[in-house]
Amino acid sequence: MIPAAFEYEKVTTVDEAIAALSNDDTKILAGGHSLIPAMKLRLSRPAKLVDIGGIAALKDLKEEDGEIVIGAAATHADIMYHNLIRTHLPFFTEGASMIGDVQVRNHGTIGGSLAHADPAADWPALVLAADATIEVRGSDGSRRIKATDFFTGLFTTRLGPNEIITAVRIPKPADGAKSTYQKFPQPASRFALVGCAVIRFADGSTNIAFTGVAENAFRDSGAEQALAGKPVNEEHITAAVNAALQNVDVLGDHYASIPYRTHLAKVFLRKALWAVK
Amino acid sequence: MNTSIHVTVNGVQYSHMVEPRLLLVNYLRDVLRLTGTHVGCDTSSCGACTIHLNGKATKCCTILAVQADGCEITTIEGLSHNGELHPLQEAFNECHGLQCGFCTPGMIMTAADLLQHNSQPSETDIRHALEGNFCRCTGYHNIVKSVQYAAEKISESAVAPAEVKA
Repeated sequence: MIPAAFEYEKVTTVDEAIAALSNDDTKILAGGHSLIPAMKLRLSRPAKLVDIGGIAALKDLKEEDGEIVIGAAATHADIMYHNLIRTHLPFFTEGASMIGDVQVRNHGTIGGSLAHADPAADWPALVLAADATIEVRGSDGSRRIKATDFFTGLFTTRLGPNEIITAVRIPKPADGAKSTYQKFPQPASRFALVGCAVIRFADGSTNIAFTGVAENAFRDSGAEQALAGKPVNEEHITAAVNAALQNVDVLGDHYASIPYRTHLAKVFLRKALWAVK
Repeated sequence: MNTSIHVTVNGVQYSHMVEPRLLLVNYLRDVLRLTGTHVGCDTSSCGACTIHLNGKATKCCTILAVQADGCEITTIEGLSHNGELHPLQEAFNECHGLQCGFCTPGMIMTAADLLQHNSQPSETDIRHALEGNFCRCTGYHNIVKSVQYAAEKISESAVAPAEVKA
């Protein structure tokens, strides 16, 4: 399968990328591991691709003002092997190691995954649980969007048509935080049939996010509240599991029916909570 | 509009004008005639098209040739040196690591990426690393054995010179 013809421009700065986006029907090409398959199937048929693979600044991963800042073009493998991530956000290391396979992790990028917003992608749950902010830039300058506001539906986000994700900023968790990512992968694609990211802070608060369960990844405030200030034990884990997925439109498809996926999500929440006990 | 690319493939430099939509796997197979890299599923699932792009295992059915501009590429044809098989190639031969052979180039390229990072992988490490490579003959057992055999061969050859000196 070969994509339909398109124009191609390789840029070396974010400003050049934004200038190129002012043309209609232009898409950003980073790792290409979501976009190229979609183009081969003619699900996406952009007139022009702007290749940001050559913008070194977008691959930076650093600590800045109490935040971990991951450049949008950092690959899943870059993140998985980075010591800063291993030290401060171990569930990012764990989650990245479960994305696709070695070859996909070597090319797919965090920014690409977030912009694509596949309902079963892993990063959305992880950035939601980590309370991340998505930094984007367009012709009107930069702005920051809370991860909790970013995902709006199936493959849709608050990213404007002429905007590009530049970084993901994550507040460095205080000492004593425990985190995990638990996932039931679809056996062929390795996308999440259900993915659950949890971070438990020393102050007794817990962030819980799901992917693969609904049209977009989301924070489960019902489950979070059931655990707030309570010890993580059998009693309160069961209370959180019972409180989870209220008012959530759970997806049913040929891989997993609605009751099965609902059950799986609760099982994986339970596993995740035991892991941060 | 065609775009010019410069790549180094198995140590040889090439420059070509290519259509932006040309996939890297088609560039390697149809333009350079390096047909050891296979097209299997064509959807970045099966791993038959795995090559090394700047030293990293890559499914080249999901990379455009233009994205590889300026990169170093190694294909299965570039693994042997002076007619001597790479330890992984020898291992797949010794341990019956192939049946129909269609998945073999991709398996070997992914395994080579693993052995660069982890010279003594456990069986679990090997199976995890080969998750993105499918063998439709289902010969996984001997493929894992082959990678273990190659890892041993490579570590033996790494210590051999010291033993000779002693």
